[in-house]
Amino acid sequence: MFQLLNGMTFAALLFVVASGFTLIFGLLRIVNLAHGALYLFGGYVGFTVGGIAGSFVVAAISAMIFVAAAGLVLDRGVLRLVRGGELRQVMLTLGVAFVLNDAGLVIWGGDTLTVPTPEALQGAVVIGSLFYPKFRLFVLAMGIAVFAGLWLLLNKTRLGALIRAGVDDREMVEACGINIKRVFLVTFMLGSALAGLGGVLGGTFLALYPGADAEILVFSLAVVIIGGRGSLVGAATGALLIGLLNTFGQVWFPQLAYFVIFGPMAALLAFRPLGLFGKEA
Amino acid sequence: MTKLLTSRRSLLKSSAAAAGAIGMPSLVRAADAARPIRIGLLAPLTGVIAAGGKELVEGFQMYWEQVGMMAGTRKVEIVIEDDASNPDTALQKARRLVEQANVDFLFGNILANTGLAVANYVKNTGTPYFIPVIAADDLTQRTRIPNVIRVAGYTASQTAHPLGDWAYKQGYRHVATISQDYTFGHEQCGGFAQVFTEAGGKIVQQFWHPLNTSDFSSYLGQLVTAGADAIFAMETGADSTRFIQQYASFGLKGRIPLLGSMNATDQSVIRTMGADAEGIISCAHFAEGSTDPVTVKFVADYEKRYQKLPSIYGFSHYSGAMWVDEALGKIRGNVEDRALFLKTVLATELVGSPLGKTVKLDAYGNPVYDVMVRKVVKRPDGKLWNEPFETYPQVSQFWKYDPETYMKQPPYSRTFQGIKA
Amino acid sequence: MIRILSPVLIGIAALAPLVLPTYFVSVATQILIFAVLAMAVDLLAGFTGRTPLCHGAIFGTSAYVTIYAASVVGWPIGLAMLTGILAATCLAMVFGLLAVRTSGVYFLLLTLALGLIVWGVCLRWTEITGGENGLRAQLREDLGLSTRQLYVAVLVTVLCATAAMWRLVRSPFGLTMRGIKEGEGRMASLGYDVTLHLLIAFTASGFFAGVAGALYAVFNDFASPSIVQLSSSVQGLLMAIVGGVGTLFGGFVGAFVIIAMEQTVSAFTERWPTVLGLTFILMMIFAPEGVVGKARLLLKR
Repeated sequence: MFQLLNGMTFAALLFVVASGFTLIFGLLRIVNLAHGALYLFGGYVGFTVGGIAGSFVVAAISAMIFVAAAGLVLDRGVLRLVRGGELRQVMLTLGVAFVLNDAGLVIWGGDTLTVPTPEALQGAVVIGSLFYPKFRLFVLAMGIAVFAGLWLLLNKTRLGALIRAGVDDREMVEACGINIKRVFLVTFMLGSALAGLGGVLGGTFLALYPGADAEILVFSLAVVIIGGRGSLVGAATGALLIGLLNTFGQVWFPQLAYFVIFGPMAALLAFRPLGLFGKEA
Repeated sequence: MTKLLTSRRSLLKSSAAAAGAIGMPSLVRAADAARPIRIGLLAPLTGVIAAGGKELVEGFQMYWEQVGMMAGTRKVEIVIEDDASNPDTALQKARRLVEQANVDFLFGNILANTGLAVANYVKNTGTPYFIPVIAADDLTQRTRIPNVIRVAGYTASQTAHPLGDWAYKQGYRHVATISQDYTFGHEQCGGFAQVFTEAGGKIVQQFWHPLNTSDFSSYLGQLVTAGADAIFAMETGADSTRFIQQYASFGLKGRIPLLGSMNATDQSVIRTMGADAEGIISCAHFAEGSTDPVTVKFVADYEKRYQKLPSIYGFSHYSGAMWVDEALGKIRGNVEDRALFLKTVLATELVGSPLGKTVKLDAYGNPVYDVMVRKVVKRPDGKLWNEPFETYPQVSQFWKYDPETYMKQPPYSRTFQGIKA
Repeated sequence: MIRILSPVLIGIAALAPLVLPTYFVSVATQILIFAVLAMAVDLLAGFTGRTPLCHGAIFGTSAYVTIYAASVVGWPIGLAMLTGILAATCLAMVFGLLAVRTSGVYFLLLTLALGLIVWGVCLRWTEITGGENGLRAQLREDLGLSTRQLYVAVLVTVLCATAAMWRLVRSPFGLTMRGIKEGEGRMASLGYDVTLHLLIAFTASGFFAGVAGALYAVFNDFASPSIVQLSSSVQGLLMAIVGGVGTLFGGFVGAFVIIAMEQTVSAFTERWPTVLGLTFILMMIFAPEGVVGKARLLLKR
């Protein structure tokens, strides 16, 4: 039970980060390797704002806005220039990741930083003999809220319908006379904002430091690869799977910590290249 | 240009050798005095341990600036290279410093793998290499390289031995350990476990987790049920921050006493932390909260200069620089005579270091310290620091064992922890 | 004119390091080794259209096995290197079996995941790999080679490997590979076994990455997880791209540009990652065909 909660709370964080990643991947066909850097930047911004404003909510919101703006610049300023070439885009985002991480090191100095936990969520809940940190339960709730929010957005709104249509068949949407570029931009900003939110959540209970970006990126990649491009349910399933594998792997096979995560992922990819819920582009 | 420099340098070297042979040291000094002593400083300025690398440079520079960038009668030049927290880069930069920048000796590095890569290289070139932070036991034990000296440094297990002893004396009988799964961790845990079990304690369980573990929750769950009176945690950097925070947030703090490795509660970790870190006990040769007047002055100077308390990286490189400077003074800066230089460093006793006590090296090139038991407490201004409350005098890297016998046992590893059943 | 001049220039470039100070000889050796890695990547990326992100892992495996066989098992260095290359080739074959049916971004992601497994194993299998600290040896010392002699030995090996790769891409097999890149479906309908061809190409590419890895082991005398991690694969791919994907010899240019740039830049600033990142971005925007590719385009005009 205890370990199950651990796996699920970690999965919730992974889901918040990876859902943004999979939206961008699904619609824009961009494997955004700068996603981890955006996560870290979001966390850093949350740290600074949280320190000044003393409010976790303000910190989270400003981090989301800031990272969404960064996404705007990234999409409009840079990625626009290489539309079409999938691999060119991947490589380009990698370059962006290098620059962002280095900038983070210059600005925030490389010490291990933690976004302050909001007062209401400090301490632990006691359920019977179980002793569990409130903040982690909050992260779990956030993960579920983000899932619900995105589900509503995708299934109940016009924008969502456009995004879904775009994931399935981009040309078709364009042929219908819809300005897909604007949909692209909104999706990119939304995906980035989710990375920023993840950064603040992760920055509170997993801390921020140079290299945190690469770790979360690798986990997000695994989630999306398992779940399949552009699928919300896939991202949730993938996050749960990776979160639980990570936790129980540490308990049962401590020596194989990484293999437990990447082994199943590679096996799955080899036999179902599009992931569990992925569709042919 | 480079060619010219090289030939000039080799000329100097040969004339130094010749002069030494026929006993005219004064002549050499006149010629050498014109050329500054060049020190190659390798520091991780980017990558995972970039913050520590910056402090390393700060501590090193602070010393040389205090003595006016002079060693004896010769000027000192410091060439800094970034090892990027990566052993391949470290090796490449070491080559550059030795073969291109023509430094007289190398200093620095933080991560064990970078230090080991550079040590492997200088083994062939014979370049003196000083490692105040690289703690891999065997560099001054089983696989010693004569030109690699740990001035103002320490071996991984050196300060863990007394902690094992102290823990037993507190009445702890069952201890679980958790550690990063790499040599530095194996050695610290081994040092702790050997002394603790030989005293009669029992290691109930040992957990090894990969470096950069983001989520410790699954380990914490197992630590609770391990049935331990105390937990020994060997963590560095971000892992340490996360471990200590999650230890507190899962409510273990206050329930099971936490003992840390010296690096787990180093300033580089606790300066960004809050109450979570308070009360953790560790053993180290340096404590920034010491009341020794020399230490107090150093800490105040450092804080004034860099607006932060010194970490082990800054302190060690400050003291390391002092140590080598002391030796250079004795041989009047004749760094060209490597054999003499190394011999002198080994024989030099460090007086007036921020430790406030005289320190000397053992026969294997590792310092012997008074090791303090420290506790993380809050200063009146709210900053956390380590305050010492007990001292183990004259602790060498071999603890109370005979060096020869000690080195016959295998090096500490995940499978050999020196545990006495 | 270019045809006459270029061999002469190449000859001068290859022999120039012999009169330079030893440090530059080391840098030149490193450039040669990474050029082979970049060309191995190019065999796949440029000639079959499959961009891999696992070659650092293959390269590193070869280096690990070479060092392990020579220093722990105690085999002669030549045999150790051959074992390393063999291990890399086998690993590439396994990767190939898993990966060749995918393409595009999925191929990239799958190879990335496979590379991460190797990294995880090197990091955690401490008894064999030395974990984070890695393995060290004294191969260079044992061979008794000076920096310059080592350069010549590496140069000869690299030239042989380059010639072999050149033959490979010029052979009927190489033409089939290009055919697969241009139109996989067409080649399949012409009766070619696309999967088998890709598998062979992958294995061959792994073999050459293994050659580079074995040379690197001798050059550096150690292997640690940093050479099998993702950034090492990225570096190999980056060099191939900077040189020009599909040009093969671009590997030399790419390795030279990146390593020379790192050497120069890091003398002035610690912000090498930023410079590298910006180079990456500008390259992708303005010259995705790489230095050699761009030069060819300009010459054609």
